[in-house]
Amino acid sequence: MTLTTQEFAFISGLVRRDAAIVLEAGKEYLVEARLLPLARQSGLPTVSEFVNRAQQRPEPDMHRKIVDALTTNETSFFRDGEPFKQLVETVLPDLLARRASTRQIKVWSAASSSGQEPYTLAMVLNDNLPAGWGFDIVGTDISTEMLTRAEAGQYTQLEVNRGLPAQLLVKHFERNGAHWKIASGLRNKVSFRRINLAAPFPPMGPFDIVFIRNVLIYFDVQTKRTVLQRVAGTLRPDGWLFLGSAETTIGIDDRFERVVAGRTSAYKLRTASKAAAPVSALGKG
Amino acid sequence: MLTMVIDDSRAMRLILKRIVAQLGFDVVEAGNGQEAMDYLKTNVLDGEGEIPGLALVDWNMPEMNGLEFVTAVRAEPRLRGMTLMMVTTESEQNQIVRALASGAHEYVIKPFTPDAIIDKLALLGLVPNGVAA
Repeated sequence: MTLTTQEFAFISGLVRRDAAIVLEAGKEYLVEARLLPLARQSGLPTVSEFVNRAQQRPEPDMHRKIVDALTTNETSFFRDGEPFKQLVETVLPDLLARRASTRQIKVWSAASSSGQEPYTLAMVLNDNLPAGWGFDIVGTDISTEMLTRAEAGQYTQLEVNRGLPAQLLVKHFERNGAHWKIASGLRNKVSFRRINLAAPFPPMGPFDIVFIRNVLIYFDVQTKRTVLQRVAGTLRPDGWLFLGSAETTIGIDDRFERVVAGRTSAYKLRTASKAAAPVSALGKG
Repeated sequence: MLTMVIDDSRAMRLILKRIVAQLGFDVVEAGNGQEAMDYLKTNVLDGEGEIPGLALVDWNMPEMNGLEFVTAVRAEPRLRGMTLMMVTTESEQNQIVRALASGAHEYVIKPFTPDAIIDKLALLGLVPNGVAA
């Protein structure tokens, strides 16, 4: 049974309100596929009945689960490859010079899903920073379920097959039955917390590197602009921002400038003087 | 690129062949390491045939297993251009380390999805990034 227009409108309204994510008409199949497991867990045979129950007897926790189910994205280790290559070839040489006094790099992996991106960043930094340098990584996601998975740092055989070089698998993971667990030394470099990108951020940062990839595409232009403004406020004036390959700040937030890095792009705050006052800039937005 | 698919399971050879054929690679099949070495000897070392750019190699096979095949290829300087990727159910950490130390470039644990093979080929620079879903 397919969703009625009214049922779909309820779900898209909920996801828009809580996560600022736009679900256009035509995405009914996505809603059905993502919510079917939740319907089954509630003992209901169809997504339609599940949506009706969520509407008639709203439980805050159920709404959160619906938002989680619709905002979870596929991820893999070293997704898209090139940004991580450029991290080593372009970003680290720059930061090694700029952070020579503190020797510490702070990274944010936003919308980190089940944790493959923050752990990829941890492996890259661990293997490429000179001795005496430290780093810490914050992974954030809207989904508490994904955060729990990411915190466990444990992956199936199918997940470690995706994109993770075998050399790094045997170096940074330990086999645990049918799963592979990230080594505790690296696990301890990564912390996780729940952040809804569409709501004001709690105090965090400032970061030297921010990865926020394949998430802006789900927002409308105004939300993209607001998120980028907030991100600018967490980034050091000379920090680096990485977006997904289909995303850009161009035409949305002109405080960033695009920097060509190998076969990908990164973004930096346009000038130190403008970027030095991201808080006041936020106020104007 | 000429690719060797070396596995004693015909069904597995068919699966792997379909994945690499989609990428436009030509495929030579072999049912074990010895058959694969015989092919290389006849066609490449003693002949004028094209050196395969890639081999997808199972571990447990009769006559010559995958690890022995990898070791034999690495011992032959004229086959230096071959990229070797193990595709096997062997999933113990020390087995992976052994295969890499013997000269395998990459390692995929069965069962796998087609994207896993394509991701690894991208890591090895044999296909562009972003081909996999």
